[in-house]
Amino acid sequence: MSPRVRLWVFLVGAAGFAALFAAACLDLPAFGTVPHPYGVRAVHAALSHHTANVIASVNFDLRAFDTLGEESILFSAVIGTVVLLRQARDEHRKDPEPATVHPPVRRFALLTLPFALLVGLYVIAHGQISPGGGFQGGVVAATALHLLYIAADYRALERVRPLTLYEIGEAAGEAAYVITGLAAVLAGSAFLANVLPFGTLATLSSGGTAMVLNAAVGLEVTSGIVVLLARFLDQAVEIEEPGEGGGSPRDTRDSGGNGDDERERA
Amino acid sequence: MTVLPYLVAGWIFLIGVYGLVTSRDLIHAVGCLAVTQSSTYVLLLAVGYRNGGTAPVFADAPTDSRVVDPVVQALALTDIVVGATVTALLLALVVQLRKRHGTVDPDALSELKG
Amino acid sequence: MTDVLIVVALLLVAGAATAAVLNRDPMRQALVLSFLGLALALLFTFLQAPDVALSQLAVGSAVTPLMILLTVRKVRRRPGSGDGVDKPAGRER
Repeated sequence: MSPRVRLWVFLVGAAGFAALFAAACLDLPAFGTVPHPYGVRAVHAALSHHTANVIASVNFDLRAFDTLGEESILFSAVIGTVVLLRQARDEHRKDPEPATVHPPVRRFALLTLPFALLVGLYVIAHGQISPGGGFQGGVVAATALHLLYIAADYRALERVRPLTLYEIGEAAGEAAYVITGLAAVLAGSAFLANVLPFGTLATLSSGGTAMVLNAAVGLEVTSGIVVLLARFLDQAVEIEEPGEGGGSPRDTRDSGGNGDDERERA
Repeated sequence: MTVLPYLVAGWIFLIGVYGLVTSRDLIHAVGCLAVTQSSTYVLLLAVGYRNGGTAPVFADAPTDSRVVDPVVQALALTDIVVGATVTALLLALVVQLRKRHGTVDPDALSELKG
Repeated sequence: MTDVLIVVALLLVAGAATAAVLNRDPMRQALVLSFLGLALALLFTFLQAPDVALSQLAVGSAVTPLMILLTVRKVRRRPGSGDGVDKPAGRER
C-alpha cells in the first residue's frame, strides 16, 4: 500500500471514528455529574477491609486476580525484552569510555539519589494508606538508581547494580504474588482472597493481604524496570555490532579513576 | 466543558493513530503508540470524575466524604506501568530489526520482504 | 476554579500530544513525550487521581523517553561510520 493510499484509508476511518465518537460523547452524561454505583461499592468494600487508599484496595484486594494478569504481562514483557536484547554471537562487548561529569551535575545527582530512592521505597511501603503503591514506587525507585549513571558513569552504575539479583527479584515478586494467592486457598478461602487480619485503618499494617501483594508488586516492578533499563543501556553503550566503531581509539586509562572515586563516594 | 474532556481524549487518539499511519521511523511509531495509549487514561479518568469530589484516599478524610470513582483510576494506574514495559518490548523489537535488516523505516522493511 | 485548571491542563495535554506526533525526529519526540507525561500528570492531579498522576509522572516523563533515547542512540550507530548521530536512520534504502 502506498503512503498516499494509506493516508486516505486513515482519513476515511478517522472521519468515521470522529463522527461516531462525537455522537457518543454528546450522549454521555455531562462531565463530573455521573452517578458511580461501582465506585461507591468499591469505597464501601475498601473501608470494610480497613484499607484507606481505595485504589490500592481495588488493585490488590477487590480485583487482585486482574492485577495478577497485569503483573504477568509485565513479567513476560520484561523477559521478552531481555531475550531480544541479549548479546548476539557476532557482537562484542566494549568497555564504555569513562565520561567526565561536570561537578555541579555530579553533586546534584549524588544528593538527589538517596532521597529519590527513599521516596520510592516510602511510596511502595505506604501504598495502602496514601497515594502510591508497588507500581508507582517501583518505577520511582528503579529510576532513582539510574541517577548514578548521571552522577558518575556507566561502570560505576554497573558495579553497584548486580543484575542477576534484580532478575531473581523480578521472578521472586511474581512468585510471591501467586504464593500469597495460594496461601489463601490453603487457609480455606478463595484464590487471592483477603484472609489476613485487616488491622487498623490508615496504619502501616492495615489492609491484610493487600499489603503483602503491594510489596510483591513493588519488588517485581523495581527489579523489572532496573533490568529493562540495564538491557537498553547495555545495547546503547556497551554492545557493538561487527565492524562498528572500529576506528575510534579508546583510552580507558586516561580518566579511569573517575568512576572509582564516584563509587566510593556513592 | 461538559464534553471537552471526552473530545480531547478522542483527539489524542486520532492524532496518535495519524502518527502511526504516516510514520517513517519505527521508533517514532512507538512514541506515537504511547501517545495513543494515553488517550485511554484521559477518557477513563474523565468518566470517573465527580464535581466536588476528592481523591479516594481516606487516610485523613472522613469516611463519608464525596470521592471520585476509584475503579477507573485503578484501571489506568496499572496500565501505565504495564504499558511502559510493553513499550520497552516494542523498542527491543526495533533494535533487533535494525540489526537484522539495517533499517527502521517500515516502508523499506516491506519492500525488503516483497 | 478547578474547572479552569482542568480545561487548561486538557488543552496542554492535547497540544503536547499533537506536538509529540508531529515531531518526526525521535530524539526530539522523546523530549516532547516527556513534557506530555508532565502535562498528563498535572491533569490527573486536577482530576483528583494522585495515584495515577504519580504513575504517569514516573513512567511518562522518565522511563519511556529514556528508553526511546537509548534506542535512538543504539540504532543510529552505523557500522563503520562511527557515531552518525546527525544522520537520520531509516532514510537509507
